[in-house]
Amino acid sequence: MTALLHMLSYAFMRKALIVGVLVSLCAALLGVSLVLKRYSMIGDGLSHVGFGALAIASAFHLAPLAVTVPVVALAAVLLLRLSQNRKINGDAAIALVSSSALAIGVLSVSLTTGMNTEVSSYMFGSILSLSRADAVLSLLLSAAVLLLFIAFYPRLFAVTFDESFSRATGVRTGAYDTLLAVLTAVTVVLGMRMMGALLISSLIIFPALSAMRLCRSFKGVVCCAAGLSVGCFLIGVTGSYFLETPTGASIVAVDLVAFLICLLAGKK
Amino acid sequence: MALIECKDASFAYEGVSVLEGVDFSLNAGDYLCIVGENGSGKSTLVKGLLGLKKPESGQILYGDGLKSTEIGYLPQQTMVQRDFPASVYEVVLSGCLNSLGRRLRYGPAERERAESNLERLGIEDLRDKSYQALSGGQQQRVLLARALCATKKLLLLDEPVTGLDPIATGEMYNLIKLINLCDDITVIMVSHDLHEAVRYATHILHLGRRQLFFGTSAAYRESSLARRFLGRDRI
Ligand SMILES: Nc1ncnc2c1ncn2[C@@H]1O[C@H](COP(=O)(O)OP(=O)(O)OP(=O)(O)O)[C@@H](O)[C@H]1O
Ligand SMILES: [Mg+2]
Repeated sequence: MTALLHMLSYAFMRKALIVGVLVSLCAALLGVSLVLKRYSMIGDGLSHVGFGALAIASAFHLAPLAVTVPVVALAAVLLLRLSQNRKINGDAAIALVSSSALAIGVLSVSLTTGMNTEVSSYMFGSILSLSRADAVLSLLLSAAVLLLFIAFYPRLFAVTFDESFSRATGVRTGAYDTLLAVLTAVTVVLGMRMMGALLISSLIIFPALSAMRLCRSFKGVVCCAAGLSVGCFLIGVTGSYFLETPTGASIVAVDLVAFLICLLAGKK
Repeated sequence: MALIECKDASFAYEGVSVLEGVDFSLNAGDYLCIVGENGSGKSTLVKGLLGLKKPESGQILYGDGLKSTEIGYLPQQTMVQRDFPASVYEVVLSGCLNSLGRRLRYGPAERERAESNLERLGIEDLRDKSYQALSGGQQQRVLLARALCATKKLLLLDEPVTGLDPIATGEMYNLIKLINLCDDITVIMVSHDLHEAVRYATHILHLGRRQLFFGTSAAYRESSLARRFLGRDRI
């Protein structure tokens, strides 16, 4: 107990916990829609684009979030179009875009600053990397993502469940797809600082998959995923603090354990 | 002005024409049955009327101030994934989405509408069940309830009785006719059951990769086409 209080006495831990809880919530909520729409790959692709953008921003000494958020949002809209296009192979196109972005990021880093700790923190995540301005921006953005998700919940459900019915009955499905993509982009970038580019997509996918094992209604799955995500985050962060393991990997490990438990506990 | 007008429309997939020369118009309150063999272009035309598929040539016009938010639709096949978590009530309620306008949440009016359509289709007891765990016929009824929630002026049904048992099929035809007459809703239905089609519908559109017949049910009964498809004995 005193150890926990001691952990909370660090300002950087408090900052990381608040931002992390909000980002975990966003990731879980959006994750349900993304997994159900078979867009899981987009989250993964975006994290690589995010890494590329962050690397370039740091090479040119630009503000990391201010550069990355718009770039990744743009990439999200592009990847969404790619995956919806029937004429080209969407999966392959996403893989191409994401590995190219990763390559450009790695090149721009090695040509300028070299592989330093800052860059590796983008790859594998670090709770120490959050500056004060970043933390405030993260808070505002994740609060906005949460509010927008809750506000458009009925529409996001309808569009996720049956897109062509929604379109036929006069719902502007394209707009909500774009909204989903942009919200995901923001969440991926925010989560990347903590989780790392290589691990952020699991924050989106695991809670949704676990919750789908337990609940049968959409609302149930959304609530359950949100709870699981925040719970796993808190356990993972605390564990990583005491065991001195990397934050992102610890959180993913907890998510994996939770998923396996849900797999066993779930029906069938 | 007619509610819906199709002016010499044709449809193609990847440049290959599948349906040509569709030319008809419907007034508010009409009940149109689209008939034809498998692959004759019925579902394609329905998608065209809904704006899901652009005609290759020709025009499809909405009149009488018809907006797409006043249309209900029952697809022939849904792309809903096998493991999609959704309760029956959530699915039916989502049909009310197009009446929200600028509002963000469903209000009491929408909830009531969803409940009453659950009742109409006799699936109140499935309300909290998982949609994916239902039988094919039960799923069909849920999607019909959703279509009814979305309908204000026009209802498009692509083979609504597929998978329903004989009693439910009869009830379904009666219910659709009732909605057509009492709620004054225009109905466009795709059906393979020609006998029921001429009995319930006011108009028939017979397709076979092009428009073979359009007219009233009475005129259709007299046509040589109908004689061939219906069989002489039943007329
Ligand atoms: N997505 C598609 N891509 C290419 N061709 C298609 C597509 N959908 C339908 N077709 C073709 O268009 C033609 C008409 O199809 P449609 O689905 O409209 O038939 P239908 O009258 O509804 O048949 P059914 O009674 O089996 O439902 C068919 O020959 C089919 O091969
Ligand atoms: Mg069809």
